[in-house]
Amino acid sequence: MWSYAFRRVLATLPTLLAVVTVCYLLLHGTPGGPFDEERKVSAAVLANLQAKYHLDLPLWQQYLYYLNSLLHGDLGASFRYADWSVNELVAKALPVSAAIGGGAIVISLFVGVFLGTMAALRQNSAIDYLVMLLGNAGHVFPSFVIGPVLILVFAVWLKVAPAGGWDDFSPRFMVLPMLLLIFINVATIGRVMRGSLIEVLHSNFIRTARAKGLPTRTIILRHALKPALLPVVSVMGPLAISSITSAIVTESVFSLPGIGKLIVNGAANRDYTLVLGLVVLVTVIAVTLNLLVDLAYALLDPKIRY
Amino acid sequence: MLFRNKNKQDRLAAALGNALPTSPADIAGRSPWTDARVRFLRNKAAVFSLGLLALITLCCIAGPWLLPHAFDAADWDAMSLPPTFKNAHFFGTDESGRDLLVRSLVGGRVSLLVGFLATLSAVTLGIVWGATAGFIGGKVDAFMMRVVDMMYAVPYLLIAILMVTILGRAFYLVVITITVFSWMDMARVVRGQTLSLRSREFIEAARALGVPTRRIIFQHIVPNLLGIVVIYTTVTVPAVILVESVLSFLGLGIQEPMTSWGVLIHDGASVMEVSSWMLLFPAGLLSLTLYCFNYIGDGLRDALDPKER
Repeated sequence: MWSYAFRRVLATLPTLLAVVTVCYLLLHGTPGGPFDEERKVSAAVLANLQAKYHLDLPLWQQYLYYLNSLLHGDLGASFRYADWSVNELVAKALPVSAAIGGGAIVISLFVGVFLGTMAALRQNSAIDYLVMLLGNAGHVFPSFVIGPVLILVFAVWLKVAPAGGWDDFSPRFMVLPMLLLIFINVATIGRVMRGSLIEVLHSNFIRTARAKGLPTRTIILRHALKPALLPVVSVMGPLAISSITSAIVTESVFSLPGIGKLIVNGAANRDYTLVLGLVVLVTVIAVTLNLLVDLAYALLDPKIRY
Repeated sequence: MLFRNKNKQDRLAAALGNALPTSPADIAGRSPWTDARVRFLRNKAAVFSLGLLALITLCCIAGPWLLPHAFDAADWDAMSLPPTFKNAHFFGTDESGRDLLVRSLVGGRVSLLVGFLATLSAVTLGIVWGATAGFIGGKVDAFMMRVVDMMYAVPYLLIAILMVTILGRAFYLVVITITVFSWMDMARVVRGQTLSLRSREFIEAARALGVPTRRIIFQHIVPNLLGIVVIYTTVTVPAVILVESVLSFLGLGIQEPMTSWGVLIHDGASVMEVSSWMLLFPAGLLSLTLYCFNYIGDGLRDALDPKER
């Protein structure tokens, strides 16, 4: 197990390095330096600025400097928010995204598994149709359509929750964004859980358990649930990555001060270093989540040998 | 004659719509494509979706010429009008008095065009990449597929945002950015198919019979690849349209005065408290289009790849 985990960690390093390198080169391939556009500064000041950010060095040295600071957890400075480093901006924004996204994932895991199980146990019942409908709707309606519609219904027409904004983790402002993320995640988890549990319930060992006279409850909880959860675990990786995408949209729709909003603002302001820093950070998070999901899968699936 | 009982054969023939051949001369060869078409046409949802999609596309292309308003003409006497038959503002107007129906159709043109162009380039790149990896095999294959794996591990929207930040937001740049993140599925599928086709018995049989390589490629390999390519193309189009819409929705895609469904949904979302139609019409059109593509994709999968079910 440990050697498998170690090899798996090693395998992610080239991915991370490739992403960082490509992004860095993309950034440097653009004509013009960061100090070109604004008001002209004198040659001496420019030279000092360039020396401070190592812009006077050849590209490969700049790149090594950048990698070095990355390894020390320093994502660089923002060129637009003059007094802020990317780290400081991240420190303010990450808890918001983590609370919304993490909370939504945990809740939707429980809700999705529960709904999927109920749907599989009572095929063609009302709850089954609900799960199918959810799965279909989550598949077709993009998050940036569902989000505004949620606001329209719950904030504008029913007036039960604020349309957006943020007030220091006040739950009132977290309800609708989390609802949107939960909806999207449950659509996937519910559908996968339903399909896999139906398949498991048709397998031989379940028939044996039935023939042995075990009560349905025990069969489901003891025998069927664990193998049925495996496909759910394996979609958690892609789901984590798509959660990051939907987090960007969600934070934009509900104007939350999270990482996604920071990225979009940075992109709109052409704040290169901020966007680069955030892309690197989020890629690390995404790759790590993927890694954890893979390891969890290896732990749970007895068929996998290392 | 299949049955000794003539009566039974007639009844069976009637049940099959006289499809039963009565003499060897009547047995016309049916190509896999005819089979596929028959299977596709039997799928009502897919056929309906195809018709609806054709209608939407036709409206987007022809509509703006037929309607009396220009998509960027502001009318200060008709600002934020709800849908009305008066003055032919069937979808209402936005806050500068621009007709929403014409804007939705022009936006549809852009979204569909981005969809088709980006899909075309992504599919081409995917086929070339996958086929090369599959044919050459070995270390080259391993490396090329490793690149695909890496692309999967990266949250695409982020890199897309980085790319439009750096490169700019011109129409063709948006297409290129989307292409970069949409070709991997196709590459994987084509590689797998190429690999498995190379060692299949019927290819071996054709070789043994002395069929020239050219004919093997065009008569046996290409048709077998084509089915799966068609299926994945219909899946790629809605995915690509979705990416364009997300980028535009975030204000990082198509720029004013040009418009797309994502831009319109963004504009609609910002004023939905007072004019909900501005959100609902473009959102409905986009969702309808995506739904159509999904059903067509399902229909094609069932039609072209009967083993899958």
